[in-house]
Amino acid sequence: MVEPILDVRGVTKRFAFNNETVTALADANLRIEKGEFVCLIGPSGCGKSTLLRMVAGFETASEGELLMWAKPVQGPGPDRGMVFQDYGLFPWLTVAKNIGFGPAARGRPTKEVRETEKRFVEMVGLTRFADAFPHQLSGGMKQRVAIARVLANDAEVVLMDEPFGALDAMTRERLQAELLEIWERQKLTVLFVTHAIEEAILLADRVVVMSPGPGRIVADERIDIPRPRDPTSPEFNELRRRLSGLLAGHH
Amino acid sequence: MTQQSALRGPLLAAAFPLVALVAWHFTTSGRAYSLIPPPYEVGLELWDLAFGGIYDDAFSETLLTHALASMSRAYGGFGLAALVALPLGMLIGRIEIIRAMLDPTLQLLRPVPVTAWLPLAMIVFGLGPRSAFFLVFLGAFYPVLINTIFGVRSVEPRLFEAAAMLGLSPSASFAKVVLPASLPSIFTGLRLGLGLSWVVIVVGEMTGVQTGLGAIIMEARQLSRTDIVICGMAVIGVLGFASDKLIMLFGQWLLRWSPQHG
Repeated sequence: MVEPILDVRGVTKRFAFNNETVTALADANLRIEKGEFVCLIGPSGCGKSTLLRMVAGFETASEGELLMWAKPVQGPGPDRGMVFQDYGLFPWLTVAKNIGFGPAARGRPTKEVRETEKRFVEMVGLTRFADAFPHQLSGGMKQRVAIARVLANDAEVVLMDEPFGALDAMTRERLQAELLEIWERQKLTVLFVTHAIEEAILLADRVVVMSPGPGRIVADERIDIPRPRDPTSPEFNELRRRLSGLLAGHH
Repeated sequence: MTQQSALRGPLLAAAFPLVALVAWHFTTSGRAYSLIPPPYEVGLELWDLAFGGIYDDAFSETLLTHALASMSRAYGGFGLAALVALPLGMLIGRIEIIRAMLDPTLQLLRPVPVTAWLPLAMIVFGLGPRSAFFLVFLGAFYPVLINTIFGVRSVEPRLFEAAAMLGLSPSASFAKVVLPASLPSIFTGLRLGLGLSWVVIVVGEMTGVQTGLGAIIMEARQLSRTDIVICGMAVIGVLGFASDKLIMLFGQWLLRWSPQHG
């Protein structure tokens, strides 16, 4: 058996809330191999974002362990880049400087940082906007910057928390296609949180279905349809029906 | 059409003062016992204050000296206030124990108006420019402090997460995240502080200093030279306005990344 890049073992997360303990995630187990594109899907309160944030190192597990390459995750780090729904760009930095933030923060030489900036600005098609500030960009462009800064930092795992949820439909479709292309070319491992069934089927190798009260994993479906996937095809619809059923069945 | 719209702002801005000037003229001019001098007399006096050659009294040609004295106090007091309030605000905003120790006292002293400090300042610092300097310092101190504390405390948590996952060490996050993120608030504090240092300059110069626009106003008042009082008011207004424009230009450059400023 291949060693997984990410291994979530019996992870439970409890929060204190108004003097009560709320279980956000109960006994989650998940193995992800290098190069896999995995979507976490489920209604709000199912613990999908909590699981993602624990992998990122922003939260710690109450029980169980999270391993990356068999080593426990200890706090956030550049090997696990995160793309937030609200972008989280630094408003005072230009597009290029946002992309170069990670390499600069890790003390890479200035010349190398410049080259990295240039390469990744180009990669996400923002060369004309390299010196623009985030507030001058559209939502889709901001999210491209957020993806580029994670890739420019050599992230092995890209964690995405409903990254396209705030975008209009056309922009979302284009970014989904671009993301798949980058994922294939860079051999990335992607853990992608969404609540849209269609998005999950369109993107993922595996769809992990989660359910609330308490948050838990209820199914782990492999998607074998060859890419590019056609959302109007019969097998796509078949999967959509099955995942809908899984989501509805566990309320 | 475009030319017309370019002139629109200045024309609208000038309309009200012009009307006020006309009203001032017709209510004061030609009345022998008017306590308020008509505008052209004030204009003449302003010329005499600046360049002399009209009345040749004790006030002639003294405007530059007074204006420079006031400017040095306004900017000096403001500069000192910024020098103390900026680091103090950052410490109070970011370090819990310092906040717990200093914030209550500072908040307790905050409602005490600068005018109330005047007698005490004169006892501690004596009659003269040091008291004036202190009062201006006090006036500019709180806006800078309060806005700095607010700025460094209200950094979006998301930005710390973004910086951490990109590999920024916690020790570097103050310089790379907190400071730039709080610049808009800090700038607001500096602008308010500079404005207030012009507001309190007259109070500051009531402490028995010989020069300064506040001093000349107080002296002219005792001599019932209302024309000079009005000249002093006008010059303070213009200098304060100009220094605000300057700091705004600086802010537009500094915060060119911010949709609210740039």
